Amino acid sequence: MKKTILIVDDDMDYLFQMKLKVEQFGFEAITAEGQKEAESIIETVRPDLAILDLMMETDDSGFILAYKIKRKYPEVPIIIATAVTAETGMTFDINPDENSQWIKADLFLDKGIRADQLQREINKLLKI
Amino acid sequence: MAEYKILVVDDEMGIRMGTRRILQNFRVDYPFMDEHIEFNVLEAPTGEDAIEIIDREMPDIILLDNKLPGIQGVEVLEYVKKNLYDIVVVMITSYASLELAVKATRDGAYDFIPKPFTPQELRSSIENITKQLFLKRMTQKMNKEGKLIRFQFLRVLSHELKAPINAIEGYLKIMHEKQFGDKIDSYTEMIDRSLERINGMRGLIMDLLDLTKIESGKPVQNLEKVDLTKIAGISIDTNRPYAIQKDVDVYLNTREPVFMEADPKEIEIILNNLISNAVKYNHQGGRVDVFVNQEKHRISLQVSDTGIGMTEEESSRLFQDFVRIKNPKTKHITGSGLGLSIAKKIVEMYHGDIEVTSIPDKGTTFTVVFPVE
Repeated sequence: MKKTILIVDDDMDYLFQMKLKVEQFGFEAITAEGQKEAESIIETVRPDLAILDLMMETDDSGFILAYKIKRKYPEVPIIIATAVTAETGMTFDINPDENSQWIKADLFLDKGIRADQLQREINKLLKI
Repeated sequence: MAEYKILVVDDEMGIRMGTRRILQNFRVDYPFMDEHIEFNVLEAPTGEDAIEIIDREMPDIILLDNKLPGIQGVEVLEYVKKNLYDIVVVMITSYASLELAVKATRDGAYDFIPKPFTPQELRSSIENITKQLFLKRMTQKMNKEGKLIRFQFLRVLSHELKAPINAIEGYLKIMHEKQFGDKIDSYTEMIDRSLERINGMRGLIMDLLDLTKIESGKPVQNLEKVDLTKIAGISIDTNRPYAIQKDVDVYLNTREPVFMEADPKEIEIILNNLISNAVKYNHQGGRVDVFVNQEKHRISLQVSDTGIGMTEEESSRLFQDFVRIKNPKTKHITGSGLGLSIAKKIVEMYHGDIEVTSIPDKGTTFTVVFPVE
């Protein structure tokens, strides 16, 4: 059976393009345009992996969503795709304990990542 | 070019020399840095030597082995922390002593690198640390200079500029690879979306120009006696093509001139922003009403629409830079997120006030009040 990947991003163009890529990799894609929509989706659907944007309704929507997904489905790997790192070198301060404990992403990726790299990272997380 | 000093503290000569070799021709740069950073590797075979070098050379980064012949690595770490030195300490440690490394991280080490490490692992660790350190120092410096707000603005700006480029690039790649076949018609929607994003970007650039004018122009305002009613009329005309396209009627409900000492261009920016928003966030067949009111000690501009409205929480965030209200109703609407913050900045230059009242699905009213003598 095809694995299901949840993609959440408030940029509808990015969302469309990401969905296309993920489907080309041979996965099923479910999309949501924001944290709230994604939250209602995970009520009924357990994705095999989630790719989240960081800044959506608020600056840290992606983190909050990651936290909620992990609480409900601890074993679902989460990728946070962001353009922030590449622009500023900001690495979200993963060292202080209070942050690393609640930021539940398995991987941070730059949004400009090449399709083949993305596929490799997804496969790695899904252990394919 | 800047140079960061890296002190390697390890009793194994192989590790010290390896590190030196790996970092010799390595450099780190990224878009926000005007310069790149290279590394000067210092070596210490013992903790005692390390402390001496730390005091003398003040390195930027320390790669610290814990198991040393004399005093242990953690004691060197303690020394750095005790003296509040601005040094990033990274533990190099064998897998067997991971637990210790975790403890060291809790005690103030920035990170740890398990050994043996590959050149690539070391380089990417050093790259992260360098960026982190550079950014931290830049932030501290800017905090001192009050530039942090500016930096945050630029950070969001670069995000806002990059997002449409990414989107358009993505569509172009899809077309380039002919993912939907040979017919150009299959790509109509992608082309439309690309054009839409380009429009959005153009709007952002225009808004930025307005913002630059406000911020650099202060306090050089070309004050003259201006008729606000007339400017409202001009502004409505400017927005007319857009309103027709959206099937929204715009009415100017004031006939008589209302005069005020102001820079006409600035008043026009305010009104353009309010009226174009009122059209943009409206329903098909909706209307926009513009009033200019002369009262005893104040003049007010009012722009009301019959549009999608917003919640109280949404309107409370409205006037900040780059805030765009994101919900299903607004998802197809593009904007820079700067218009209202620009309007507010101008209004404040006139010691005025801008307020919003809104009811979801009913409409929104913006009121600008200028005090007059």
